[in-house]
Amino acid sequence: ALPPRTPARQRSRDDASCAVVMPTVNLNRDRLFAALGKQYTEREFDELCFEFGIELDEVTSEKEMNSKFLGKEKEEDDTTMETAGETGADGSDVIYKIDIPANRYDLLCHEGISKALNVFLGRCPTPTFRLVEPVNGAPRQKMIQKPETLLVRPFIVCAVLRGIKFDQARYDSFIDLQDKLHQNICRKRTLVAIGTHDLSTVTGPFTYEAHAPEDIEFVPLKQSEKFTAAGLMEHYKTDQKLKHFLHILEGSAVFPVLYDANRVVLSLPPLINGAHSAISLETTDVLIECTATDLNKAKIVLNTMVAAFSQYSATEFAAEPVDVVDAMGQSKTYPDFMTRFVEADPAYINKRIGVNIEARDMATLLCRMQLPTKLNADGTLRVEVPPIRSDVLHQCDIAEDVAIAHGYNNIEWTIPPVNTVGSQQPLNHFSDLVRNEMAMLGFSEVLTWILCSHDDNFKNVSRTDDGNCAAIVANPSGLDVQVARSSLLQGVLKAMGANKDAPTPSKLFEVGDVVLIDGTKDVGARNSRRLLVLFSDKKSGFEVVHGVLDRIMVVTGAAGTGGMKNAGYEVVESDEPTYFPGRQAYVMRDNKKIGVFGIVHPDVLQKFDIVNPCSILELDLEPLLEVEGVSLASTSLLEQAAHI
Amino acid sequence: PSFALERKKHPADLTREMLHDRSWRGETFKAYNLVPGAGAMPSGGHVHPLLKVRQQFRETFLQLGFAEMPTNNFVESGFWNFDTLIQPQMHPARDAHDTFFMKTPSHANRAPEDYVERVKTMHEVGGHGSIGHQYAWKRAEADKNILRTHTTAVSARCLHKLAQDGFRPAKYFSIDRVFRNEAVDRTHLAEFHQVEGVICDRNLTLGDLIGVLHQFFARLGMTQLRFKPAFNPYTEPSMEIFAYHPMLKKWVEVGNSGMFRPEMMLPMGMPEDVNVIAWGLSLERPTMIMYGIDNIRDLFGSKMQLGSVKNNPFCRLGLIEQAETVRATQ
Repeated sequence: ALPPRTPARQRSRDDASCAVVMPTVNLNRDRLFAALGKQYTEREFDELCFEFGIELDEVTSEKEMNSKFLGKEKEEDDTTMETAGETGADGSDVIYKIDIPANRYDLLCHEGISKALNVFLGRCPTPTFRLVEPVNGAPRQKMIQKPETLLVRPFIVCAVLRGIKFDQARYDSFIDLQDKLHQNICRKRTLVAIGTHDLSTVTGPFTYEAHAPEDIEFVPLKQSEKFTAAGLMEHYKTDQKLKHFLHILEGSAVFPVLYDANRVVLSLPPLINGAHSAISLETTDVLIECTATDLNKAKIVLNTMVAAFSQYSATEFAAEPVDVVDAMGQSKTYPDFMTRFVEADPAYINKRIGVNIEARDMATLLCRMQLPTKLNADGTLRVEVPPIRSDVLHQCDIAEDVAIAHGYNNIEWTIPPVNTVGSQQPLNHFSDLVRNEMAMLGFSEVLTWILCSHDDNFKNVSRTDDGNCAAIVANPSGLDVQVARSSLLQGVLKAMGANKDAPTPSKLFEVGDVVLIDGTKDVGARNSRRLLVLFSDKKSGFEVVHGVLDRIMVVTGAAGTGGMKNAGYEVVESDEPTYFPGRQAYVMRDNKKIGVFGIVHPDVLQKFDIVNPCSILELDLEPLLEVEGVSLASTSLLEQAAHI
Repeated sequence: PSFALERKKHPADLTREMLHDRSWRGETFKAYNLVPGAGAMPSGGHVHPLLKVRQQFRETFLQLGFAEMPTNNFVESGFWNFDTLIQPQMHPARDAHDTFFMKTPSHANRAPEDYVERVKTMHEVGGHGSIGHQYAWKRAEADKNILRTHTTAVSARCLHKLAQDGFRPAKYFSIDRVFRNEAVDRTHLAEFHQVEGVICDRNLTLGDLIGVLHQFFARLGMTQLRFKPAFNPYTEPSMEIFAYHPMLKKWVEVGNSGMFRPEMMLPMGMPEDVNVIAWGLSLERPTMIMYGIDNIRDLFGSKMQLGSVKNNPFCRLGLIEQAETVRATQ
């Protein structure tokens, strides 16, 4: 077994620049290796995944996965319940959990991954998907969309797969893929919902309609009695899986519903299919329908289903077209494979990657990435983008595939001759000078959270929220992340409270940003760089923090020198409930308040569980960045670049 | 044995009086019991371990000629954080369960309108050789304020400004806090520090990115790197960076990287032959590895024990390599 490694899902959160979490697919290892025609060692397979760009995240067994699920350790996907008996009777078959890129919907199932890897390894060509008309000149299946559906779920696309041979594994995979698509591209069924039906149990032409929930009645999947759609909304409130989708229909005057020619209900999208048309292991002809609020995604989802399972059709990789008459009366044929041809320039690709690959070799490499490519007479490449590669938006996607097939680790690396000079943001440089000075003065640095509870930012430090003085989070996941701090005080007081056993005197400081509301900024808020100094002992040490203030003024040059010697600031006594009466003052400079210092009020100390008196100084550092005679014009650049 | 008529007390320490009256001569001082580690700890101040590591990363970037970007804006609009990076609006990362949305201030006041139009067009129908994302782009969604999920939002601002001011080659970096509305556990927090490097020039290649990464990570003591195909909505090609970690003695993922998509660069007004390569990693992870810290709350936040700040050794990043300089000058 490989040494334990950090699961990819976790790692992608560590690397702040990876914006998406990778979806995971659970594959039966033996079934996978059978499809690949080789028994890999775990290391070999891991290596193959590395080259291709997917990840073997975890090796487990059906039994282990189910016991984890039942043990309330939350799995990220909810397909475990669906996958009944995917493997051997004792559930001991090895399961490979594979992480796939978030934009490759074709890789969300065994069929997709094994096909992609086989093509990558050169074991077979990319399938050519095509439409095959019904046999014996029979008419195509028809789906007629009624206008009322525009109110609730305006799009529908369909396809038929003929002659499918299901076994338990294929059946489970078929169900799993729908679940995965629902969770990912379908955005939890809000954008697209998939319904699959045994075509032999229903009769076309089919209609896609919308009716009042009380007027829709049928026996849904897994039930034996009839329900109205209204009744189902009630019934599913306690269903662990379906309750999450009720909101999509909640409050709508009409619900979408699919009927066959005999008024049999096929499905109530996006909730549940009818029991009548349920697919079983004996099903051979499948009708797939996708209702949606986003047509492009519906097409991609339909194509993904067809691409994965048409390999089991009577005619490999073929789907039977369905005529969909939309609400305007326009007839369209689906599936629409959206196969496009992209003219790619080998020079562009070589330049983007930094290699020198012959056009002919590039074509071969692209064929291994499921992008069948032919060489044009003029030396450019004609790249076919099949339905499974909906991730290809631009020539740069093609360039990436060339690079992957070539091997990222085979690319010769170079240092670009970019001649630039390094520089710091003046405010950051200045802040580091202040931090170092504070450490030299004998204070220990703390680094506290920017997010805090509303109470910590206001009530517990005896401040009031007038609704416009701090940035408030709309969707906090807990109390601790309700507000972005508008002062450094509560963080440092918390640090004090958490370190009660630390030797006295406590001498702490923090330099960091607080967030203030500012209507002049393009986003309506700005950061403000502050210094907070805390002294605590059996006595308050008010003169200590005052001394630090004086020292800061000297080292920043704010206090004049020689003939211009002055403290660099004025003091105005203040009267804030945060501090002890008569023992607090504002720090003023150029008639502006740039800070405050004082003894922390006992009411505040109590809220933070602090037993010794504390004195603090909170100082705005930005006004000290520019002092007379020492101007830093780049402050305005700071403004310009960060805020329009 | 020394014999005396009366019991004499042996002095323990040399004092000013003894110097003055020279009474130290002829005295027998008490024997010291020297124990390593039992010295009196000097009083003094300390800087935070995480910020020591931040300092080394900053110096590495500066040595390599990078200019620091201004990242002092935690509240960001969806436009700069997502839309300019061509991340589609109906995207999982923009979910309420991944991103902190703001109640106050809830929406941005303004954005550069001509640029907004170009970004909208790119999302909806593409252009410049791209088919775009083919959906209806909503301004209201872009105007929603959030706590930034990455400092790449600032990179977008800086690159846009660069394109507007008139392109010239540039190298930028930033190290600052980002926010994720995700489950917190032993190694994950709602806020952490992202390190980002960006290079912008004509005709940059993926091979250049690999070279720069070798240069950068060598400064951190990692000289063996491997790259793996990955996916980011705004880079293509994208690579995950793996390194052989000299301390852990195994291969670990150390960062993420890629070349920004043309769909991102062209609406900004960048010339067609300009490419931007970029990479990022978190500050916390290398710090925890280097200092052997297992729980992130022992490193960062109010609950951190002050003793660990005091007892934290130098950050030796940056001291590690420079072997070539040593060889060249000795």
